[in-house]
Amino acid sequence: MSSEKIDVRYVAKLARIALTDDEVERFGAQLGDLLEHVNALSKLDVSQVAATAQVVESRNVERVDETRPCLDRETVLEEAPQRQGGFFRVPRIIAE
Amino acid sequence: MSTNWEAVIGIECHVELRTASKMFCGCANEFGGEPNTKVCPVCLALPGALPVPNSAAIEHMIAAGLAFGAEIPAFSKFDRKNYFYPDMPKDYQISQYDMPLTQGGTVRYWLEDGTMKACRLTRIHLEEDTGKSTHAGSGDGRIAGSTYSLVDFNRAGVPLMECVSEPDIRSADEAVAYLEALRRTLQQLGVSDVKMEEGSLRCDANVSIRPLGATEYGTKTEIKNMNSFRSVHRAITSEIERQIALVEKGERVVQETRGWDEVRGVTHSMRSKEQAHDYRYFPDPDLVPMEIAREIVEKVRASLPELPHARFERYTSQLGLDVKQATQLIDNLPLAQYFDAVVAASNNPKQATNFVLGDLSRLANEHETPVHASPVTPEHLAELIALVEGKTINSKIAKELIERMWRGDGSPKAIVEKEGLAQTSDPAAIERFVDDVLAANEKSVADYRAGKTNVMGFLVGQVMKASKGKADPALVNGVMKRKLEG
Repeated sequence: MSSEKIDVRYVAKLARIALTDDEVERFGAQLGDLLEHVNALSKLDVSQVAATAQVVESRNVERVDETRPCLDRETVLEEAPQRQGGFFRVPRIIAE
Repeated sequence: MSTNWEAVIGIECHVELRTASKMFCGCANEFGGEPNTKVCPVCLALPGALPVPNSAAIEHMIAAGLAFGAEIPAFSKFDRKNYFYPDMPKDYQISQYDMPLTQGGTVRYWLEDGTMKACRLTRIHLEEDTGKSTHAGSGDGRIAGSTYSLVDFNRAGVPLMECVSEPDIRSADEAVAYLEALRRTLQQLGVSDVKMEEGSLRCDANVSIRPLGATEYGTKTEIKNMNSFRSVHRAITSEIERQIALVEKGERVVQETRGWDEVRGVTHSMRSKEQAHDYRYFPDPDLVPMEIAREIVEKVRASLPELPHARFERYTSQLGLDVKQATQLIDNLPLAQYFDAVVAASNNPKQATNFVLGDLSRLANEHETPVHASPVTPEHLAELIALVEGKTINSKIAKELIERMWRGDGSPKAIVEKEGLAQTSDPAAIERFVDDVLAANEKSVADYRAGKTNVMGFLVGQVMKASKGKADPALVNGVMKRKLEG
């Protein structure tokens, strides 16, 4: 059924997900089905429909530029897997 | 640079906006501070936290766009830019992809010789800044060889504008002049501190070369890690030279990101793994679109101050200032505003320039007090200029008066009247002073008549002293010369 080609390994890499070969095959088929399902929409005539970025109708939800209390640092760092002084400590960053 | 090649440069600037609070939450937007003390569930991306845009940041964007003559579209939205980096807690950055708050526009700037230049802007869009990582374990703070990193999220979520220029810049000099114009405009609009040393202004340059007269672009490289305008100039110069040398050797420029090495004075390839970025932008479902009312645009437009390039043209073409004088004033807005007040009150731009950039700026340096905060009001300075202009006082008395005005003695006109400092222009009185001096200095008179005419200065000085500085020096000179040679 997966007539839609999708590069599952590439998508998984972008999402930082490790997949086994079996999973690549299984998810590839499932995602292909999904794409095909979505593609059904392309059969509709949308020439009269305006492009949309949001389905809710509300606009311009903003806030006044005022400060509010921040979190206490101990609370912030409590759940950190690793910390050092007032910082979050993270594993080595591989340069992009 | 070889004359056969032309450089083509575009510049991307990231500018942190000056607001009280961050872009999407109420944490304070301030530089520095103890790490992770200006954070909340929104800027830490805790589950369920929702962003709400800061209206001041949106107004700053409109102001910046209008200052550069950009279009402010009626509709705009935020998008998610997806990538992973430890200093970005959401694993996406809220940015703007295809519908930014400003489109187009032009940055007008000038070179040291006064030539006006223009560089088109592609767009200015609004996004949020990331946190800050400190790479540790390598000993030198560099990412290469580090074993772990420390992350501070105080900067995460600070409103950030990205200004993208068209490739209209042709030299390192132009690039720096463009950046200076961008910086002073944003600073004078009050939308940013634009301090490169604090990271509130950061820039990258896209550089390519092409044969002079060609219309197609060459392959470009993107230069990063430039931490001052000086390093921007050095990095671009070095990269242009590198590309020309490559091409003249018959090799090709590779499209890549290159880092500027301040110590070695060269750019180096930053490619580690060749990986095309795929940011998968899509509209942020947490944020509703913006419809920018025309009334708001007009309100912001009406509040714009006189912009630096307009001031430059007014100073140079209407008031007759030279490029250096005009730039010196424009780079110090309070001083420029003070100068404008002096010109308005005195209608004498030449003397206003001399006093403001001369004596007053010297006194300001000596006393470490800006001119506009000194006791010398623009009205008093205009009075002094009128006294000089009307030849009521000579320049020597004027210099003394300005020192006294700086000390708080008030109106120069009142001082002159009270202390009888008005210049003596009565020919009879001056003749008497000259006669007395000549009688008392027979040797100098003889020297002059024997051809040592440089004693004239000494004799005139004696007259000025005898008159307590009040004699009109031009008259004294005339009378003296006539008597000595007569």
